[in-house]
This record gives sequence, C-alpha cells and structure tokens, in this order.
Amino acid sequence: MSETDWPLFEVFIRSRSGLEHKHVGSLHAADARMAIEHARDVYTRRQEGVSLWVVRSADIVASDPGEADALFEPARDKVYRHPTFYAIPDEVKNL
Amino acid sequence: MYTQALDTHGKEPAAAVTEADGPARRFQSRIDAEDKIEPKDWMPEAYRQTLIRQISQHAHSEIVGMLPEGNWITRAPSLKRKVVLIAKVQDEGGHGMYLYSAAETLGISRAQMLEQLLSGAAKYSSIFNYPTLTWADVGAIGWLVDGAAIMNQIPICRCSYGPYARAMVRICKEESFHQRQGFEIMLTLSQGTHAQRAMAQDALNRWWWPSLMMFGPSDADSKHSAQSMRWKIKRFSNDELRQKFIDITVPQAHFLGLTIPDNDLHWDEAAQHYRIGPIDWSEFQAVLKGHGPCNRERLEARRRAHEAGRWVREAAAAHAARQARRAGEPT
Repeated sequence: MSETDWPLFEVFIRSRSGLEHKHVGSLHAADARMAIEHARDVYTRRQEGVSLWVVRSADIVASDPGEADALFEPARDKVYRHPTFYAIPDEVKNL
Repeated sequence: MYTQALDTHGKEPAAAVTEADGPARRFQSRIDAEDKIEPKDWMPEAYRQTLIRQISQHAHSEIVGMLPEGNWITRAPSLKRKVVLIAKVQDEGGHGMYLYSAAETLGISRAQMLEQLLSGAAKYSSIFNYPTLTWADVGAIGWLVDGAAIMNQIPICRCSYGPYARAMVRICKEESFHQRQGFEIMLTLSQGTHAQRAMAQDALNRWWWPSLMMFGPSDADSKHSAQSMRWKIKRFSNDELRQKFIDITVPQAHFLGLTIPDNDLHWDEAAQHYRIGPIDWSEFQAVLKGHGPCNRERLEARRRAHEAGRWVREAAAAHAARQARRAGEPT
C-alpha cells in the first residue's frame, strides 16, 4: 500500500484587492491546476479570498533558523533607523 | 471537529532528559517565554513525536468524523438541513486537511499517516464509533460533540507549535457554526411533536456520556498531561475542561426541556458547579480498544474509500506527468 504522495504546494491568499497575498497553509496536488482547485475547496469556503497563489514547496528557499542571529542581529543596534531616535523639542510641530 | 484528550493514546516517547542539555534547556526557556516553535527550529525528539501522534490522531478524527454525519445527508428532513449538513461535513474534511499539513511539517508523510489510520495502528476519537440512529443524533453531535471539541480545542490555538496553533485558529473559527446548527436541530425537535421530543431525549441519552468521555481520563489517571503542559501543547487538565463543558451544557439542556441522563446530577451551590455521577470508564476503554459499536464499520468505510479512489489518484498523477513531459519540464 505504499503510495507516494502528490507534490506539496504552499497556498497564498489575497483576502481582498489592495492587500498582499498571505501564506495560509499547504496541500498536496498532482499538478498546479489541481492545487488551485484544492486550495479553493480547502482554504476559501467562506469567502476568504479573491485570488490564490500556489507554489511548489520544494521551490521555496528558506533562511536557516540557525543563522537567524547572523542575518538579523546586525539590525538590532541600529536604532538610528527609527524616527524616535531623534530628540526634537516639543514646540516644533509637523515633524 | 473533534479531539478528545488525544494524549492518552500510544506510549509516551522517552522524556527530553536524554537530549543534549544545552539545546533542550534553550528550547524549554523559549516555551516558557511563550515563544512559538516553528518547523525548522530545533526541538526535542519526544516533543516532535508527541505532536506527530496528537496532530495525526486529531486529523484522523476529523476524517472518520465525516462518516456518522454523512450517514444522514441523503435523509436530511429538508433542503435547508441538507445543504447545512453537507457544508458541515465538508468543513470536517477541510479540518482534517489543515491538520495533516501541520503534522507533515514535523517530518511524517501524508501517506504514512494514512497507512497508520487504515491499518488500525493510529487512533481517532472514540466518539465516532457510536452509530447515528436517528436524525436527532445529527443535532446531538453538533451540540454536544462539537461543543466538547470546541472546549478542548480553543486552548490549542495557543499551543507552542506554530503550525498546529494556526490550524486550530482556522478550525475554531469554523466550529461555532457546527455547534449552533446542532443546537438548532435539537431546539426544533424539542418544540415539535411528542415523538420528536422523545427522539431528541433519546439522542441526548445516548450522546451525553460519550461526550463527557471525549475529555479523556480523569486527571488522576492521565499519564501524559504533565509533560504536555510543560511543553504548552496542553493548557488545561481533562477534568477542568470537562467541568467547564458540563457547567455550560446543563442549562442548555434545561432550556430544551430535556433531561440529562444522570440521576446524581446536582448543583453544588458552594462550588458553583454542576456535579455529575461517576463516569463508566470501562466503556471508554472498551471503545478505545476497538470494541465500540462501529469501530469495524468506520475503518472498513475508510479502506473502501481509499481503494475506490485509487484509479483517480493514478489517473491524476499520469495526467500531471504527461503534461509536464509536453511542457518539456523534468517530471
């Protein structure tokens, strides 16, 4: 009984126009077209979206959690990238 | 949908103490800080195995749970009831799909999980081994079984494992309609003819105790709770959740004018809780071991469906391979 699974697809939904597509989950399908049809049935039974993207999971390249510090740590001490870093007297308006 | 305290099945993997000390300590402190664990993060093997078991059994419960209610789709008493029931059963299928996907992030394949279900190696919620004898059973399942499931599942929305928590958020959102449509069926029957009221009472009589058993053994006998609580897979004890369910459900039964089938049931003024009589745990254990009224029938139905769908799966795979060849892509 050892069948192999259909490929895995990641599903992204645009909930309404003007918003970005957001990852909602994954599913198996024989091909991309079937993945769209399954995504419709599995993830949009209650008008959750107006547009779907499906991407083969194998095609996604992800960063390694073990390298998270090396990737994201350098941003931590750059508080000068944020507007609140700069002290402006209260009487100055519209800044 | 439906989980009972699924941590009660199978043997517990060895505790985390065997894992390398450093990562295990860091892992636990992330959990303690309410950080979420994601698929590629380091996790103790026992945490992974516990989640695989719990999530896959939860998924199986959704899929097997389609059967007792599906039994009434062709005989629903009106077109409205029929479309509602179809939508509910479809939701249960969808819940199974969310959960299988969540389990797959832990390194088990869909085919492996299916094999465990069909071979009988994996468990599913024992509630689905009871038959749906009348239309009122569809109402009682929505009201009581989905009600108990919601009680169990809401805390899992805050589970430490991200994919499981996210799946549960989706499921809980959809679950509330299930419970309300069930209660509405019971309400309609309880305001109907004498025979309809009797049918509603009979359904309550048969589903009340199995629903209470969905919360799993009493805390004193629940072996795996402590570790699951430490890992924040579980947030409340079986008895706490059961008591909460009883306290909200008894007044609902009174509203319906139905009698809870428990002569010992009484209101404890001091504690502000309803107190129930003893639960017959030998029945729970028997159903769990495969001796419930429908265990064999449920698995047979799943196996038949799997076999009957084989040609569709093969045809779809062949079609996809041919399309890919024509497009000149590697298959």
